[in-house]
Amino acid sequence: MTAHNPSGWRPAMGEPGEAASVPTRSGDRALMLEEALSFEIGSPEKCGVDLDDANVEPIAGLGRFLREGAPDLPGLTEPETVRHYTRLSRQNYAIDLGPFPLGSCTMKHNPRLNEKIARLPGFADVHPLQPQQTVRGAYEVIAQLADWLMTLTGMASVAMSPKAGAHGELCGLLCIRAAHDANGEQRSVVLVPESAHGTNPATAAFAGYEVEDIAATPEGRVDLEALKARLGPDIAGVMITNPNTCGLFERDMRAICEAVHAAGGYVYCDGANFNAIVGKVRPGDLGIDAMHINLHKTFSTPHGGGGPGSGPVVLSEALAPFAPLPFVMRDAGGAPYLVEEEDGATDHPHSFGRMAAFNGQMGMFTRALAYMLSHGADGLRQVAEDAVLNANYVLRRCEDVLQAPYAGSGPCMHEALFGEAGLAEGFSTLDIAKGLIDEGFHPMTVYFPLVVKGAMLVEPTETESRVGLDRFIESLRSVAERARNGDDSLKSAPHFAPRRRLDETQAARKPVLVWKGEPGPSGQGAPSELGGQ
Amino acid sequence: MRYLPLTETDRAEMLAAVGAGAIDDLFVDVPKDLLLGEPIEGLPLHASEMAVERHMSRLAGQNLSAGEAPFFIGAGAYRHHVPATVDHLIQRGEFLTAYTPYQPEIAQGTLQVLFEFQTQVARLFGTDIANASMYDGSTACWEAVQMADRITRRDRVVLSGGLHPHYVSTIRTMARFTRDEIDSRVPVLDAEPDDAALIEAISDETGSVVVQYPDILGRVPDLAAISDAAHAKGALLIVVVTEPVALGLIEAPGKLGADIVVGEGQSLGVGLSFGGPYLGLFGCREKFVRQMPGRVCGETVDADGKRGFVLTLSTREQHIRREKATSNICTNSGLCALAFSIHMTLLGGGGLARLARLNHARARKLVDRLERIEGVSCLNHAYFNEVTIILPQDARETVRVLADRGVLAGVSLGRLYPDANELHRGLLVTATETVSDEDIETFASALEGVLA
Repeated sequence: MTAHNPSGWRPAMGEPGEAASVPTRSGDRALMLEEALSFEIGSPEKCGVDLDDANVEPIAGLGRFLREGAPDLPGLTEPETVRHYTRLSRQNYAIDLGPFPLGSCTMKHNPRLNEKIARLPGFADVHPLQPQQTVRGAYEVIAQLADWLMTLTGMASVAMSPKAGAHGELCGLLCIRAAHDANGEQRSVVLVPESAHGTNPATAAFAGYEVEDIAATPEGRVDLEALKARLGPDIAGVMITNPNTCGLFERDMRAICEAVHAAGGYVYCDGANFNAIVGKVRPGDLGIDAMHINLHKTFSTPHGGGGPGSGPVVLSEALAPFAPLPFVMRDAGGAPYLVEEEDGATDHPHSFGRMAAFNGQMGMFTRALAYMLSHGADGLRQVAEDAVLNANYVLRRCEDVLQAPYAGSGPCMHEALFGEAGLAEGFSTLDIAKGLIDEGFHPMTVYFPLVVKGAMLVEPTETESRVGLDRFIESLRSVAERARNGDDSLKSAPHFAPRRRLDETQAARKPVLVWKGEPGPSGQGAPSELGGQ
Repeated sequence: MRYLPLTETDRAEMLAAVGAGAIDDLFVDVPKDLLLGEPIEGLPLHASEMAVERHMSRLAGQNLSAGEAPFFIGAGAYRHHVPATVDHLIQRGEFLTAYTPYQPEIAQGTLQVLFEFQTQVARLFGTDIANASMYDGSTACWEAVQMADRITRRDRVVLSGGLHPHYVSTIRTMARFTRDEIDSRVPVLDAEPDDAALIEAISDETGSVVVQYPDILGRVPDLAAISDAAHAKGALLIVVVTEPVALGLIEAPGKLGADIVVGEGQSLGVGLSFGGPYLGLFGCREKFVRQMPGRVCGETVDADGKRGFVLTLSTREQHIRREKATSNICTNSGLCALAFSIHMTLLGGGGLARLARLNHARARKLVDRLERIEGVSCLNHAYFNEVTIILPQDARETVRVLADRGVLAGVSLGRLYPDANELHRGLLVTATETVSDEDIETFASALEGVLA
């Protein structure tokens, strides 16, 4: 019996015990509960909201637009609704349950204080188009968060409105494009390393650029000489992730920036991995021109099963004039105010325009600011140090059982990269991931970055305790050893999750994206079916 | 520090275990002269939960929240009552602190929610299919325009004057870089929307026509007529719904010929939150599925034959297709989609229809009262819960004065269209189910006072 598994119980891996063969009438197994679709248990007559009587006179002026009958959407009463979603929630892994070591995703603890703050009526119940004199506190939040971001990064300005990292990338590239346009320059190519997130090349293409690869060194970093050789009058800029997606700091970043600037280009830095360096080095000191910051990574706003995010973009002096509207500025007395269409022409004349309706992700700003204030300048620095220490600890404790392609070149930053070389024939990274699920952990990022075959990118973040990390490492080592030894039970993992491996090929070949069952008892309207065109 | 579990002993032992003498040995790749020796200057040090709460509460207190005043603002973001159940359920840690469901075996909760959400959106919009969400209505609208370009291989876009000006700006911004040709118009203060002008503008080169329903002035365009005109020229009809509650009362756009329907889902479950995070809704015809942007969830089976759900059709997406992807979107608006879906489940179709009627009734009451004020008139023949009121003076100043008197009166058209002088007497006002008779009377009396 150990502290890690106080019951002392150990399942026999891959050999369903006697219990597995005992049938239940419901299909549920004690606390392992299945849940039907809301469409299968609801009814259009049910409603979980009591509304005041509409007491409506004949509908005015809407005659020919009125729909026939209510929308065909089954409802549930309040207790049924609570059960439906609570039961579903139990089929999810979450950072609240254990480590979520997805490399480059930065799954860290989400403090509940931040949830409380975001729900204060002065933040949550405020309309984006209220008169400016009624929302001074909201501008102050944006301005204070902007001050933090500029100070932490050593940059001149920040565009707060982008909705997520990829939207921030677009913001940065549009600033670059607007700057070249303002100089009357036609540059058509953006350079992106092969190891970059897919969003980088997709963004550059969306902004109207051709994308070319930047070569990497055998150590997993940008090849400075190859980059220099490619620079020229057609290069608008480069997009570089630093620390990069191999978990390494780009040692030549300053030289890269100098070379790109000398050739008339700009440097966009993908800030997805800012958690590794926050408070330790200011990206602005390295010479970059733009960088988005994922508030939902470094600054702990919850990922929520896939968003919302928020991606403010810090900008150099050269790019600041082109930042999108709306824009929060401070007046001579230090009071913040919003620059939007009404006054943009005078206060911010070179802006490339608006990227989205309204003022940005306020609900994320309040959470992120609360997080920054809690940690302070000293705590944020400790965040980076602990995140990097935890990752190196994983790297060094697993490099004997997993291929670690760049471990020889020195320490990693906040994530440890492994590859699948050395596993038994027929075994792959996927098997390790699924084996970890049976061990009670969320797997690491797999098959990314593309530069390492069967990549496994482990980012423990500063949230993991020593005890938690040791436990994760023991499981990872165990699964890796099973994969090296060709343990067949791993091929059919996971065995203990709410579902076994899912047939993704079938899902993509004949997509079923909406429920196609019987219409509700009221029979109003036909259900939308695939191919209904 | 309360969020950091490592002790000093842990740190020392772990440094030894990785062969480092000091923490900065792990930062050896950072240029020495740039590595910061101590906490960055100019920022405060760590603070207690109580201190942070005090600081943030003070900032929140500097805002006038919608619940503190008679409130009539809409224009693309609407104040509805969100049942307590919604906020409770989205704060379940298993939803709140999960990532994008890349490992479906342990993310069936999120995935089933997305599948239900997609079905709800498709049924609400009257489209064949829907995706798992976009950032917000404005970016969804821009993505729809891009999608239509790909499908029609045309790059001329006709925008209705009734399209929200922020959505128009968003499209214009992107068009500067993609070289789409944008044919847009400022709305005219007329009781009827600009359907005729729009139909006139459609040519054989038009890729898509974008129409808001109900439009920015609260009017209801005739989608069927526009759809026929668009399809006759080989163009696609994109319909934008900024107030999904309206679809409890008026016909679903997909039933009236829309090829792509996008919307702002904030009205259901999400709340105002000063403009974000919101929820982009995106539905379209099934035959366009492989040109659709964003994540989608699909049904499949697991190795035991049990029904399950996965993210699918990822060959459209940036992490597979890179520069050839249909969009660069990655993180979307998952938690807001959950909130929307829970609110919609609580309402059901019948509840949504009753909520819609209630909204319309409140708006009628508001219009009736405001029209009794001398010099004030209502522009619209048809409207849902939002109308354009014409004042005898510039509405911008009126709104500011009313705010000083504790009434959040609406959005002046001057704020939305600073360059269009002819619109400046227009005031957009909205009444949802949250507006009481007393609110209406307070607003009307205050307006009488301002105009007297």
